Amino acid sequence: MAEPLLLTTGLRKEFGGLVAVDDVDFTVPEESIVSLIGPNGAGKTTFFNMLTGVYKPTAGQVFFAGEDMTGRPPHRFTQRGIGRTFQNIRLFQNMTALENVLVGMHVRLKGNLFEAIVRTPRVRREEAGARKRARELLEFSGLRGKDEEIGRNLSYGDQRRLEVARALATQPKLLLLDEPTAGMNPQETADFTAFVARLRGEEGLAVLLIEHDMRVVMGVSDRVTVLDYGEKIAEGAPEAIQKDQRVIEAYLGTAAVTT
Amino acid sequence: MRRRIGEAVSRAWWAALSVVGLTPRRWERLPRLARRAIVTVLWLGIGLVLVWKFGVWKTSALAVAAVVVLLVVPPYRRLGVRGTPVGAWIVPAAVLAIAVAYPYYNTSMPQLPIFGPFPQMSTMVGMGVFAMMALGLNFVVGYAGLLDLGYVAFYAMGSYMAGWFASSQFAKQNVSFGAVDLLPGTTGFHFSIWLVLLMAGIATAIIGVLIGLPTLRLRGDYLAIVTLGFGEIMPQIARNGDSLFGTGFNLTNGTGGITPIDGPGFGHTLHHYLRLPANYLNLGENADRAFFWTALALVLVTIFCSARLRDSRLGRAWIAIREDEVAAAAMGVPLMRTKTWAYATGAFFGGVAGAYYASYNGGAFPDEFFFNISVFILCMVILGGMGNIWGVIFGACFLEYLDREGLANIGAWLNGRFGPGGSLAEVWHKPLDVPLYEFGIFGAILVIVMLFRPEGLIPSSRRAAEFHEGVHDQPLYDASA
Repeated sequence: MAEPLLLTTGLRKEFGGLVAVDDVDFTVPEESIVSLIGPNGAGKTTFFNMLTGVYKPTAGQVFFAGEDMTGRPPHRFTQRGIGRTFQNIRLFQNMTALENVLVGMHVRLKGNLFEAIVRTPRVRREEAGARKRARELLEFSGLRGKDEEIGRNLSYGDQRRLEVARALATQPKLLLLDEPTAGMNPQETADFTAFVARLRGEEGLAVLLIEHDMRVVMGVSDRVTVLDYGEKIAEGAPEAIQKDQRVIEAYLGTAAVTT
Repeated sequence: MRRRIGEAVSRAWWAALSVVGLTPRRWERLPRLARRAIVTVLWLGIGLVLVWKFGVWKTSALAVAAVVVLLVVPPYRRLGVRGTPVGAWIVPAAVLAIAVAYPYYNTSMPQLPIFGPFPQMSTMVGMGVFAMMALGLNFVVGYAGLLDLGYVAFYAMGSYMAGWFASSQFAKQNVSFGAVDLLPGTTGFHFSIWLVLLMAGIATAIIGVLIGLPTLRLRGDYLAIVTLGFGEIMPQIARNGDSLFGTGFNLTNGTGGITPIDGPGFGHTLHHYLRLPANYLNLGENADRAFFWTALALVLVTIFCSARLRDSRLGRAWIAIREDEVAAAAMGVPLMRTKTWAYATGAFFGGVAGAYYASYNGGAFPDEFFFNISVFILCMVILGGMGNIWGVIFGACFLEYLDREGLANIGAWLNGRFGPGGSLAEVWHKPLDVPLYEFGIFGAILVIVMLFRPEGLIPSSRRAAEFHEGVHDQPLYDASA
């Protein structure tokens, strides 16, 4: 592919003296599934937060679809087409599932304050259309019939699904999933893996995963990047990563390798 | 402790009821309608007995009771005509009709125990104005979840807009547009009050944006402090604005305030064709009536805008920000712009209310814009129920009533019954001036509400859940562990 969808060059984040992400060059090609793995505290989520504008990088740049996005506020990233979920589910817990998805559509809707008060025909049409699409998205994400359910009352798996539905509502080109299968049982994990593959297949989305479950990572990824202490220590096809000496060291410790 | 008190009360209650053969199980088996009817009639009965025994009885009390039963008991919500739920409109429409007709029956109402007579018309105007301001603040505090301790700045701005454009403050100018009953030779800007209301709203919204842009980046407590600062700056400008920056330009007329401000009116043409009052100030003792109806109309417009915005794209974004700012931003909600809209909308209604009140009072005086008014309006929102339109209106009406009449009435009752004229006269020599302790009493009300019902008296269901279950300040699931 000619130009990667997402490209970072020398992306760096320091918190005081701590280097959380250390000059990472990274790409996500279009319609690919890339996984980001690494031990706890390796800087994966920090890296994610820089890709979505939540953190501003100390140095380096983020390009999305050829555009320099460095230092832009989060909603610009969403507008350009990066949707995300959170490691610790961050739904709008007291809103219904439908409303959660509707908030996700915020950037794709236009109705302004005055139109909302007058409720012009355009806004009526837009709202009706948004509600219809939101219902479809909920159904697509496996939440049929749970439209009016309050976020907090959903089961854990459904909350994860709703987060994905909400992210999809922003109509992303790239979907960032931060440990989406954490806390899921093997069956749910398998379903979810299939769902991610389907997203790429049917919707043509690129997906960037942070994941600890190696079955998911190895099963679905085109490419895997490994972070350790904020540094990129390996990158490549899943099979190659499994055999990589530095990756094994990072996960199991040097002692396990030398003895 | 709260739960233990509740349990004790409920146990005592059922023990008393079991004497008449009513057990919780039998009660549950009664149809819902019957249960509601019994509870309502019971409460009303207690109320009527109290009025009869301790208040001043009038036959109209029975009519009031009948109206309450009719409003509360029947399940109107289920009514519908060909699928359209007209039933949901019956109660609001009836309440509106009762409010509109208030001037015609308020003098024939019974006197309540402790609280005394029903509010006068001037108090009703104040209630309308403060309901509007509280609804405006509700955009900021209730919907977007931003703490604003300087709302009085918008009230002041609105009042001074009326002062500038509907009085003789700028004597060098001589511009009039739609103002009613101007004397020949009057100088200054004199615009029609209706236009001034709109201008005040817009100007105040612009001030809201100007204040909001630098401050709304701040979070939580910091924002509260900065808004507090702005709330202090505005009245200071008003107080010292009689020679702006030492140039001798008299903007606000200093501590004297700007007075007189023109009254509203529809002019003689509209009066001729539609019988609308030409000039409210010429109505004599019926003036308060006209002011009250106009305030009611303004409140209705505010309610309409509140409801429409709450259910719109923008309203959803406000609530999303209140629930979880980071997630809202990640979902594409522009934080600054969305918060600024909340601020500007709230400011708009504060400005309109301020201008209307200035026109009603006939002047804008810097003494009216102290910090305590900000807290007063905030109390209304919190007491009534943040985020709920009806709750906020109730809070505003109740507190404004206490401020204007209620506390004085309560004081008179206390002094008469126990004080110098009553049973404890031997130890209680001097009459107690209850309104003097107003803000202590409001503070106590606020503390009690926060302890026992933090979501307010009539909360929005969502806000109630947030208070009891918490919002997403802390990660709920820490999956990395």
